[in-house]
Amino acid sequence: MNPATFEYHRAGSVDEAIGLLGRFAAEGTEAKLLAGGHSLLPVMKLRLAEPAHLIDLSGATDADLRGVRLDGSTITVGALTTHRDLERDATLRERCPLLPQQAGRVGDRQVRARGTFGGTLAHADPAADYPAGVLALGVEIVARGPGGERTIAADDFFVAFLTTALAPDEVLTEVRIPVTPARTGMEYQKLANQASGYAVVGVAAVVTVGADGTCEAVRIGVTGAGDHAARAVTAEAALVGGPLDASTVAAACASADEGIDLLDDLHASADYRRRIVRGLSARAVLAAAGRATA
Amino acid sequence: MATVPVTVTVNGTERTTEVEPRTLLVYFLRDQLGLTGTHIGCQTGQCGACTVQLDGEAVKSCMVLTVQAEGHAVTTIEGLAPAGTLHPVQAAFWEEHGLQCGYCTPGMVLTAEALLRDDPDPDDHTIRHAIEGNLCRCTGYQSVVQSVRVAATRMAEGAQPEPLLRRS
Repeated sequence: MNPATFEYHRAGSVDEAIGLLGRFAAEGTEAKLLAGGHSLLPVMKLRLAEPAHLIDLSGATDADLRGVRLDGSTITVGALTTHRDLERDATLRERCPLLPQQAGRVGDRQVRARGTFGGTLAHADPAADYPAGVLALGVEIVARGPGGERTIAADDFFVAFLTTALAPDEVLTEVRIPVTPARTGMEYQKLANQASGYAVVGVAAVVTVGADGTCEAVRIGVTGAGDHAARAVTAEAALVGGPLDASTVAAACASADEGIDLLDDLHASADYRRRIVRGLSARAVLAAAGRATA
Repeated sequence: MATVPVTVTVNGTERTTEVEPRTLLVYFLRDQLGLTGTHIGCQTGQCGACTVQLDGEAVKSCMVLTVQAEGHAVTTIEGLAPAGTLHPVQAAFWEEHGLQCGYCTPGMVLTAEALLRDDPDPDDHTIRHAIEGNLCRCTGYQSVVQSVRVAATRMAEGAQPEPLLRRS
């Protein structure tokens, strides 16, 4: 089960990849970027994607594409960082444990060895794990195109099913994560499809607890529930300023599905997803709050 | 169809060949090199029967293009131990009946060996987490986990690959 034929291009740099993307766009032929290939190759094998050109970024030598760096109040993660490297990274484990926690729930050991952070985000599978996390963390996504670099807020990045705010001739190069303030905890809760490992629903929460024990700030990212990941803004608003006990949090998270056009498919009905979104949101907020005060 | 040159080190030997860019690593290994110990199961990246090691990391060779392995080192089950010998992980699977039909076994062994290099003394939970990408439809996994545990003990005691014939 090979993919359909395509022409293969090995990009030595991001700029070279951008040049190729521009050239093929001008020619009117479809081109796709290849990183770890663990989102793209499966859909190509099923002929759901048949790009005429594949541009392999894995050999690009740009330093910003790989690894995790802490600069002052920002943690920067290169797009080609694998799930496995994210899972083990000491800086993230200490300062942003949500992403290592999510990385450990992606696919399986072999998938984590190849699949990349940037590739997952750019593919924007509605059931991928990281979209929930980057929404909860309020990251900035860095895209480079022919006109230079721009940043896209996580809130503006996931647009629709398998669709992001990236332009066809842009390359996602890195993700900038704000270092969270003191008394902040984070948690990812996932109900995984038993066969695929993808999230039926996944909820990430980042909670800052005030000195009086109330909720000072909270961001909740939901994946798997709709055709793209989204924040649970109504539940967030209901939580801020209130106590973080189980019944208050559960009541606030009863609105966690608001604004999400819930999927109804063979994996789960819309009503089932609604219940899971609410339940996992409450669990994620409580666990995050517990870590914040621990 | 146009082919591209590719050079991959397979089981310690550098191999240069021409492949169609769409050729999956598993087909290169099986069809061009005759290394049929790497099995093809689901072809969708779920079952792990095609697991090989790429630069020492367990990966699914149906999810990697051969061109992506350019300049890298691949280890298949044939290369895990010198010809005619069993690696301690293979020996442990034999002794502990870590297989029935054997279809998942090459992939299971290569994943287990990669795990034990990371974590020489894994607990059962760690072993089960490590092999979650290798489906076995015979054993129920209990004997696989037991095999990995025994392999860990043997390797901690300094076990080396041993001749296959002595075992019969």
